[in-house]
Amino acid sequence: MATIQPKVAESADETSLVHAAKAGNISAFEELVKRYDRNVFRIAQHITQNREDAEDVVQDAFLKAYQNLANFQEQSKFYTWLVRIAVNEALMRLRRRRPERMVSLDEDIKTEEDTMPREVADWAPNPEQLYTQGELKEILGKTIQGLPPSFRTVFVLRDVEGLSTEETAEALDLSIPAVKSRLLRARLQLRERLSKYFRNRIGGDGKK
Amino acid sequence: MTCSDFLKELTDYLDGAMDAQTQAELEDHLQWCHNCYVVCNTTKMTIEIYRDSHLYELPEDLRGRLRAAILSKCHSLKSHSAKASAQPDSSQTKS
Repeated sequence: MATIQPKVAESADETSLVHAAKAGNISAFEELVKRYDRNVFRIAQHITQNREDAEDVVQDAFLKAYQNLANFQEQSKFYTWLVRIAVNEALMRLRRRRPERMVSLDEDIKTEEDTMPREVADWAPNPEQLYTQGELKEILGKTIQGLPPSFRTVFVLRDVEGLSTEETAEALDLSIPAVKSRLLRARLQLRERLSKYFRNRIGGDGKK
Repeated sequence: MTCSDFLKELTDYLDGAMDAQTQAELEDHLQWCHNCYVVCNTTKMTIEIYRDSHLYELPEDLRGRLRAAILSKCHSLKSHSAKASAQPDSSQTKS
């Protein structure tokens, strides 16, 4: 079975852009914004589940990055550093909206149940084709919204944005085993929840 | 290898992050355990569906507005700090 390949490509000239931005070149910083604004928006909306908050996170994360460029030691990639800022901004907004609920990346809900699959029916060969684009987005959005914030944050960084396990650990200030454990449970919980939409309906018409 | 052992290794298996011997053991388990085969296959599909879904894409008009807002604040921060460093400290010049 083929393995999953990362999505984000490396860029050769990023270091020179960062250096130019540090020296006060706003056009260089604009290039960095253009390069990563879509990623930051996706991450922010996955975490906050709110469009307005995601817009604010994009603005505030880039501004914070700009203001703190001098403190960026370049021991990690600029993108990993930026993601760390964006995740913190997003979690802060989520806490503000849901003060009654604890929102923490340390949240680690451990039960035997969430790693032992209950639904093991096979899926239709091209499950995404069972639904229209709009229906599919609604299903995927609703499903990921049901995960604890700490799980969906790890899932979006690793599996949607293609950060490595090490980069995810660094961006979230978690250990590598903690990232792996949350990722496994996020993947299995999403799979379990999606099964009811995507399982093979033998003898049916292939529609819901 | 039990199904529970298999599940513990599933993330590393899907990411191709394991030694050849463990991989061979997992693949041997997949040969005869249909449930683990289905879980492995549908977990891989879950990841691919989310990755390809374009969920939460940033619309171009909004993207332009956000970028303009960010850059305008960067410019004002820059000119503010330039003015601050250009102005001599009044307490020192008086003394």
